[in-house]
Amino acid sequence: MGLLNKLDDPYEGGGIVLGKVEELLNWGRSKSDWYLHFGLACCAIEFMAMNASHFDFMRFGTIPRTSPRQADFIMVTGTVTFKMADRIKILYEQMAEPKYVISVGSCSNSGGPYWEHGYHVLKGIDLIIPVDVYIPGCPPRPEAFEEGMIQLQKKISQQAIFNKRKKLGIE
Amino acid sequence: MTPQEIYEHLKKSHDTAVLEFVDQPQTDPFIRVEPSAVFDICHSLRDDEGLEFDYMMSLSATDLGEQLGVVYHLYAMKYRHKIVIKTEVPKDNPLVPSVERLWRTADWHEREAFDLIGVVFEGHHNMIRILLPYDWEGHPLRKDYQAPETYHGMKVS
Amino acid sequence: MSEKKRLDLEYSQLDSDRMRINVGPQHPSTHGVLRLEVEVDGEIVTEVVPHLGYLHRSFEKHCERMTYPQITPYIDRMDYISAMNNEWPYVMALEKMLDIKVPEKVEYLRVIVAELNRIANHQIAVATFGLDAGAFTPFLFYFRDREYIIWILEKLSGARLLYNYFRVGGVSGDIYPEFKEEVLNVVKQVRKTNEEVMNLLIYNSIFVKRTANVGILTPEVAINFGCSGPVLRGSGIAHDLRRDEAYSVYDRFDFDIPVGKGEVGVVGDCWNRNMVRVHEMEQSCRIIEQALEQMPMEGDVKAMIPKRIKLPKGEVYMRAENPKGDLGFYIVSNGTDKPERLKARGPSFVNLSVIPEISKGYMFADLILILGSIDIVLGEVDR
Repeated sequence: MGLLNKLDDPYEGGGIVLGKVEELLNWGRSKSDWYLHFGLACCAIEFMAMNASHFDFMRFGTIPRTSPRQADFIMVTGTVTFKMADRIKILYEQMAEPKYVISVGSCSNSGGPYWEHGYHVLKGIDLIIPVDVYIPGCPPRPEAFEEGMIQLQKKISQQAIFNKRKKLGIE
Repeated sequence: MTPQEIYEHLKKSHDTAVLEFVDQPQTDPFIRVEPSAVFDICHSLRDDEGLEFDYMMSLSATDLGEQLGVVYHLYAMKYRHKIVIKTEVPKDNPLVPSVERLWRTADWHEREAFDLIGVVFEGHHNMIRILLPYDWEGHPLRKDYQAPETYHGMKVS
Repeated sequence: MSEKKRLDLEYSQLDSDRMRINVGPQHPSTHGVLRLEVEVDGEIVTEVVPHLGYLHRSFEKHCERMTYPQITPYIDRMDYISAMNNEWPYVMALEKMLDIKVPEKVEYLRVIVAELNRIANHQIAVATFGLDAGAFTPFLFYFRDREYIIWILEKLSGARLLYNYFRVGGVSGDIYPEFKEEVLNVVKQVRKTNEEVMNLLIYNSIFVKRTANVGILTPEVAINFGCSGPVLRGSGIAHDLRRDEAYSVYDRFDFDIPVGKGEVGVVGDCWNRNMVRVHEMEQSCRIIEQALEQMPMEGDVKAMIPKRIKLPKGEVYMRAENPKGDLGFYIVSNGTDKPERLKARGPSFVNLSVIPEISKGYMFADLILILGSIDIVLGEVDR
């Protein structure tokens, strides 16, 4: 983003970077997101592949956490059933602000293949918690995970911290 | 042993409880038995010499409309023969003796059959739901099942 | 009161009752959304109560509402790690009912993709088992190799994980020109990595100390609990449907059935169960090599696929060797294009039921290893 471009050539301005505090904070926030991995079903296997050698999810600055209290965003990968839905709500509420949600795969977006006759499947995670980024696919390819992560980073870096109703301008 | 021989063997010891032997085309040959005698017949199937069905492949419950059916698929590791045992119980009083004491694997299979179809297995040590939440109402795989509108405030469909 | 005395007082007031710990449903080492209610005495496990159903996706209800070809994608989503193997018994059951003779080429192609998928499954199983024991490098090694297998399956079917590849009487995609060469390269790579992992993980003394003599499952208990697959073979019983029932063309291949021998530890412990999987990868490689040699390269893989599938009245129980055990489908047909009842007998469901039996008396940390050595997938447990 804008801040990085200024850092590219440190000698131009004598190593001085001019920017807003919000920009600096957002730059840090968006490039080191820790996530609570909520692996539920098939998408979680694809997410394991995403974490492993070929795709290396950690290059986005993400670190998997197993506790919601240390996480910046929650990654819901898979089918959410009614038995599970209460737990997701509890875990989401335990996270510290600011918090984000990525919904991965058709099932957690909308119920997916189980939308019609799935008597025990929640038809979309957005019925119980707010979702920031939806990643479509059944299961999504690792490239889709990358795109979803980029979208989340974009969203975070445009967020105003001090005046919350305002959106930062896009450079 | 062939299914026919197994049927004849069972007929000798459990005369009235073993109802019929069915060998139709497009169907694995099966033996229909009286529901109250399921445990005794399964006991003979497991322990009688020459049969020794020590491995339960599957236990399925089905909704047959008026009645509920329970199907046992058995396999013998030693002789590598198979048999299918079937029994039917009325829908308003679906009681079948549990075979959990014979094959421990039947424990979860029977709980699943109770959960989804609603067959009650007598003598099972822990006849509670296994897949659905403990406060769920109804048995979803029955043909006349209507899914509830909401569950814990969440819309079902 | 002096410091010493105050401490003594506190120790004596400590609760000596047994403690109940909740593991899961969202826990990194439960391999999905399994919830275990564990009662511990200090660090010794005294009771384990599994609670299932956190991924109950109403599979059997869907089957009653879908036509036969529409069911295959749902079957993929049961055991999502080895989708190819899942589809096979279902398709075989329909072929048996419809009396369809599958072309030779399709049979060999099915064997190859199923064995490739079996390798991929065992790679995940061994990798995550290593992860449970604290070894991270084998995970990276195996996932690197698994990607090569997935690329081949993707070229054939178009999907990375859930293939929907098997059709009644055929498969959905033909082989491509470099198929044989690529599969042979993968086989070579799998063998190379297995050799590395043998030194790195399997015979590593830390790993052996953690896993040998832990979670011993005796053969009698295993049969009584209906265990199958590597869990049963780890207990020393050579039960493999690929040989015992010799479905498809498996009778034409020369392969061994690896069983737990008690090389390290005793027969039926976690180490032996895991070792069976490593050996099975090698056997799958052998089958693939033979199948590639024998496979006719010409022929239409879609020639025998019927336009409309309508089963005659009747019922069938068909089982096949899934990487996790015997996967069975009991299909009751009422003569229409939708099944009256379809029950799936998942190997993970049955294998998992042995957990309360074999984990008593071990340390709490061992419980995680025992669970890892059984290699469950919750999509199949809960369906």
